[in-house]
Parts: sequence; structure tokens; C-alpha cells
Amino acid sequence: MPHDTAQDTLPTTLKITIDRGDAAPDVKREFEVPAYDNQTVLDVVSWVQQNADPTLSYRFACRVGMCGSCAMMVNGVPRWTCRTHISKVLDGHAVTIAPLRNLPVIKDLAVDMDPFFDKWVGAEGVHHGALTRDDPIAPVDETSTTRVEANAGIECINCSVCYAACDTVAGNADYLGPAALQRAWTLLNDAKDEGRVAILDAVSGSGGCHNCHSMGSCTLYCPNELDPMSAIAGLKRETMKSFFKRGR
Amino acid sequence: MRAARGITSRAHPLWLAYILHRVSGLALAVFLPLHFWVLAMAMTDPARLDGFLHLTEAGLVKLAEFGLVFLLAVHMFGGVRLMALEWLPWSASQKTLAAGATAASFLIAALFFLKAI
Amino acid sequence: MLNMRLYMLQRITALLMAPLVLGHLATMIYAIQGGLSAAEILGRTQGSILWFLFYGTFVVAVAIHGAIGVRTVASEWGGLRGAALDGVMWITGLGLFMLGARAVWAVTFA
Repeated sequence: MPHDTAQDTLPTTLKITIDRGDAAPDVKREFEVPAYDNQTVLDVVSWVQQNADPTLSYRFACRVGMCGSCAMMVNGVPRWTCRTHISKVLDGHAVTIAPLRNLPVIKDLAVDMDPFFDKWVGAEGVHHGALTRDDPIAPVDETSTTRVEANAGIECINCSVCYAACDTVAGNADYLGPAALQRAWTLLNDAKDEGRVAILDAVSGSGGCHNCHSMGSCTLYCPNELDPMSAIAGLKRETMKSFFKRGR
Repeated sequence: MRAARGITSRAHPLWLAYILHRVSGLALAVFLPLHFWVLAMAMTDPARLDGFLHLTEAGLVKLAEFGLVFLLAVHMFGGVRLMALEWLPWSASQKTLAAGATAASFLIAALFFLKAI
Repeated sequence: MLNMRLYMLQRITALLMAPLVLGHLATMIYAIQGGLSAAEILGRTQGSILWFLFYGTFVVAVAIHGAIGVRTVASEWGGLRGAALDGVMWITGLGLFMLGARAVWAVTFA
């Protein structure tokens, strides 16, 4: 129920601006949305689509902070909209919602995730297995430093928030980005993965880890509290070691 | 650039360190050719060099010098911080390092300024 | 647009310059006392092989370091690519080296 009590700081109506890019000028971008208790940004976007403008395109799936589909720019910051309470982002009683940065826009708030996944593969973020079904299962020591290092990054759900947050991604179309590089780092540390040379080569090119300026927006905004910046620093160290050993 | 819109939302400590490092680097890259050109006057036009050096008595010039020394110190300490972050397997406290680096730069620049006036 | 080689050159010249910068800062703080003059500066540097080597190394390192730095900014903020980007890098590097070498020569053995 919309509420109005004097002791609450929430207004009754929210002024929502949605960036709809190159849509026709007569397409609605400003909306007055009623404020509710426990309202998330995703609730706001859903209200707009259900009550004000059915032509609004956006994505969500689980709506409980597990899938990452609802990621959008909220007042210039990439977030999971299902896990962002509107009260945390209100500017007065206004909020601006835009599609994720650094990815091509399909329509309204829906972006094309292909470049993100292409770079995931481009960073050799795929399992490089050498065993067959006839071999015994490779043992993995959960307490080894490399396994701990790998475990720190495997919870990535490919939501693209870090990719949207990164200014280096914005300035360099070839840059593989924090998520892809973090995945490469987890595989480098994975005892079961045999692709060390391939990974180091993939992350040493013109789009590789050496472009990272350690501005840390990826780590700051990761909703799963992962640390791609440190993973990329790890890649820099490993490529450097390899550089001195192989002389290239 | 479109990236400039909403730039305040990205203004966290590590990002500010990145911007400071980049801007100081650019400023130094622009300043250096001028610096080299003036110094070369030692052989081409020594009287003009002295003229330039006398300009450094002016308060405004001293302020500019302070700025330049600050930029150099900031860029170097920021760079050292960056290399420590990348190459030494440290975890958190990077914000403290970033702050410390800026502080050290400021200290050196202030020292310069104090000795100058 | 940095690859492994450019990154390593950038970092190595940075490490090389760290002590040089500290030395330069210390010299500046010392020199500024009592005002600057050509005579004072040249009295220190003229004919000195040590200052020649100090500032000579500095100039080579800064030319490389500055060129790679400018390249990164020209690419990320200026949108330059390919030949134009390489051109900017080489012009910056050679320009800094030539002007710097001239300045070093001017205050030491000219």
C-alpha cells in the first residue's frame, strides 16, 4: 500500500527517469511511481512496465539476488536492481535507471551480453582438461594456496556489473574485462586445468591483463563481493614470471 | 565522452588515485618539453635563462612550482603504490596506501614550498 | 592498448626513475634555497660526468615511460588506434628524448 506517514523519509511518489537510448522521442522516459514499503529498483521498473508503459523492455529472472539478470545502471552505478532498495539510491525522490554500460543496447534496459561472453572465451576461460573418463579423478587439495586463490573467484555468475563499472573497458574495446580475466586466473590456479600456456598467452595480448589500471571499481561493485582486481594483479605477476623465464 | 556523465558515482578512493595518476602524468608530459627547452638556453641563450630563473622569485611562479613538484611526487608515489599493489601479494588496506601515497607527495611538495619562501 | 612488452618497459623505466626522481626532488629543494640562478645550476652541473649520467639516464627513461603513458591515454581517452596511435607514441618518445638530450648537454658539456 502506498504510505504517507510523517515519520517516514520516503515520499509517496517517486520520479523515475529511464534512459531508453535511441528510442523515438515520443517514447516515455519519465514516470511517477508510487512508493511502497520494501521496494526495490526492480519493483519500480516492473511497476512502470505493468502500469505505465507496457513497451518497456527489461530483464530479470530470480528476483532474489542469485542470477544477476537484473543488473542495470542506477544513478550511474551498476547494481543488481532486485537487491537495491529504492531508499538507498533515491536522490531526493528521483532515480535514473539506464542499461548496463559498455555493452550494446538491444532495447531500453536490455543489453546484448554476447561481447561479454565472447571475451570470457577469449581469455581462455574454458576448462582445459587432459584426463579421460578412464583416468582416476584428479585430486584437489582444498587447503593449498592455489586452490584458495581459485576459490576466491569461482562464485562469479557473469552478471556483467564489473564489466559495466570498469572505465578501462569503456576506453578499450579489446580489453577482456575483469570477469573474464578473473575466470582465467581461477583456471590458472586450478590443479585440474592444463591450459597454463594458453591462458597466459590469451591474457598477454593487446586486450589483456596489462591494461588494468587497478581503479578497483570491479571489486567495489561486485554484488558477490569477489575481487577481480586482485585476480588481475595475480595474472600480471604470473605473466611477468613467465616473461623472465621464457624471455618474451 | 559519455563516460564522463555520472563520473561522481565512480569517485571512490582507488578510482581517484587512478585519475590523479593519469592527470599528473599528462601534466608532466606537457610540462617536460617546456622544461627541457628552458634548460637548453644554458647553451643557446644564457641571459634568457637567467631571465626565466628570475621569474621564479614571483609568488605566483612559486605556487606553480609547488604544483609541479606535487604532480611529480604524486605521480611517482602513486606509481610505486600501483606496483606494490600488483606485485606484492597484499590483500586489503589499499585505501590506506592510496591515502599514504598522496600524503607523502603533499609533504614533499610542502617542504619544497617552505624552503622556497 | 598495452601488451606484455610495453607494460614491462613502462614498469622497468618507472622503477629506474624512482631513485632518480627522489634525487631530483632533493636537488630542487636544495637548489631553491636562496633563489635560482643559471650560475648556481651550471656551477653544479657543468663538466660533471656524474650529472650527465644522472640526467642522461633520466631523459632516456622518461622518454620511454612518457611515450607509453601518452599512448595509453591517447588510446583510452582519445580513441586513437593503429598507425595513428603508434605515431603519437613515437613522436612523444623521440620528442622527449631529443629535447631532453639537448637540455642535458646544454647544462653539462656544452
